[in-house]
Amino acid sequence: MHHPGTNNKVYQKINENFEWSKDNFDKITVILKKYPSNKIQSAVIPLLDLAQRQNNGWLSKNSMEKVAETLSMSYIRVLEVATFYSMFNLEPIGQNFVQICRTTPCWLRGSDKLSKVAQEVCDTKIGGTSEDKKFTVVEVECLGACCNAPMIQINDKYYEDLDENNFRKLLIDLKSNKSIQSGSQIGRKSSQPEREF
Amino acid sequence: MLKQKDKIFQNLYGFDDWKLKGAKERGIWSNTRDLIKLGSDKIVEEIKNSQLRGRGGAGFPAGLKWSFMPKDSGKNHYLVVNADESEPGTCKDREILRNDPHLLLEGCLIAGFAMHAHTCYIYIRGEYYSESSNLQKAIDEAYENNLIGKNACGSEWDFDIFLHRGAGAYICGEETALLESLEGKKGQPRLKPPFPAGAGLYGCPTTVTNVETIAVSPTILRRGSAWFAGLGRPNNTGTKIFSISGHVNNPCNVEEEMGIPLKELIENHAGGVIGGWDNLLAVIPGGASVPLLPKSICDNIKMDFDSLKEAKSGLGTAAVIVMNKSTDIVEAIARLSHFYKHESCGQCTPCREGTGWMYRMMEKMIHGNVQNQDIDKILDVTKQIEGHTICALGDAAAWPIQGLFRHFRPEIEKRIEERNRRVA
Repeated sequence: MHHPGTNNKVYQKINENFEWSKDNFDKITVILKKYPSNKIQSAVIPLLDLAQRQNNGWLSKNSMEKVAETLSMSYIRVLEVATFYSMFNLEPIGQNFVQICRTTPCWLRGSDKLSKVAQEVCDTKIGGTSEDKKFTVVEVECLGACCNAPMIQINDKYYEDLDENNFRKLLIDLKSNKSIQSGSQIGRKSSQPEREF
Repeated sequence: MLKQKDKIFQNLYGFDDWKLKGAKERGIWSNTRDLIKLGSDKIVEEIKNSQLRGRGGAGFPAGLKWSFMPKDSGKNHYLVVNADESEPGTCKDREILRNDPHLLLEGCLIAGFAMHAHTCYIYIRGEYYSESSNLQKAIDEAYENNLIGKNACGSEWDFDIFLHRGAGAYICGEETALLESLEGKKGQPRLKPPFPAGAGLYGCPTTVTNVETIAVSPTILRRGSAWFAGLGRPNNTGTKIFSISGHVNNPCNVEEEMGIPLKELIENHAGGVIGGWDNLLAVIPGGASVPLLPKSICDNIKMDFDSLKEAKSGLGTAAVIVMNKSTDIVEAIARLSHFYKHESCGQCTPCREGTGWMYRMMEKMIHGNVQNQDIDKILDVTKQIEGHTICALGDAAAWPIQGLFRHFRPEIEKRIEERNRRVA
């Protein structure tokens, strides 16, 4: 099953000169203060995360080299980390990164159906990106919101208590640039027992 | 049923304000200075007396773990909070992180003080983005109000708390893998010994503890170890957040007394099994890693460490995954095998190769596309993985499969027979 976060091939953007944005540069100053001054390589995950955000959701070779340079690490140590963790995408992704949880608790409540709906509405296969670059759809392992299963993650947000209908509506709204509400899609407050409200 | 007054997590569902103002109204940060003034020996003793066992899965006595930290090592001491909650079925820490972060932070200060640490890192899983922003805001509030930082709460103890986000690796929930990850490396578990209490983060004495364990400790100190030890039964004391998911009418997180009967937990809090109790097929009582229990055992089992161990399963993280008779039980376990295959860090050969092999076998078993002797073969392989790897992920991958064949072997034999008949 393809996932941009689990491939090991590195892509280089042509003519790219990756430099930290002013905003991210300030953030890095704050991040580095969290760790002892001789242990700043601890910041590699936070910095890769910043680089990925600055680079439209994926890490190019240049961006990883920049992280290595910032932390005085060798490039291979940064690459090693980037390939190990599944949240670092090593190839371009669409504007909305739809991650469908497929592990048993979500599957028991119908995550398979969500996969079908996503492929249909987003017009792409699992692991693929739609032609208009609006969606990348992947299946992922447990996202840790099992009492709100089935659930998915789009970019940074969780969308919970889904079924075929509300998920289809969610994606169609997203497709037509309407705003969507994260969290429970049936109006439940976090993971409280449903009947009490 | 646990009385409201005995609940530690008063804002589990987030109906109240999670910020400092709301937290103070719930009594958090009220006399933290006095609790610290008890002194570290007294704090550790109280936690020991409460018989609190770690809430992250292994159930190791918390007070004992804290006491392993050296008194005067001449090095920095670290408290690392494990908020890398990724065990399938488990979503309890998430509610603490987003709805009651100050409860955790106060616990960090007290536990950190008790183990002579001036620095605490909270390692939160990367996917918990909004949870981490709530927690970061709570940390900022605590700094602004001198609850942490220099002379925290006026206790003359300096204490820093830093939030560190992970990036999607289940294995980083293993304590030494978490430390590797925090040091900026791949999250591959370390060989033990040395244990983290001797040489952990940056080679310094470190204790890694689950969110829930830390979050309950201030309340234990406030209300006394006797109160906590009075709930549940000896060696399985206190309250616990149960995450009930799968085929129940109202999946939910709920705080309950340890040792609550599984049936009561499901019927009273989760609205019962879909289709009624008699429609129950099996339950995984403690997150994906523990062997499942068939209905016959579920009828009477109590939810605590020792009862579940006797039933050859485990309490783990108390994540109850309920499966009713509509479930393809083989696929349910095969999905877990896929999970472990995906999350194996690749360091030890038995796990790296074994998880993939087991997953492929389990996929075939769904359709009965194996021979009878393959069942013994896969069980043999699980035995070869179990106990032969650096960390417990190998064991965790083996146990669900062993549990499946312990209770549902005839089901797979039936599928093999049916397929053989079809093909012949």
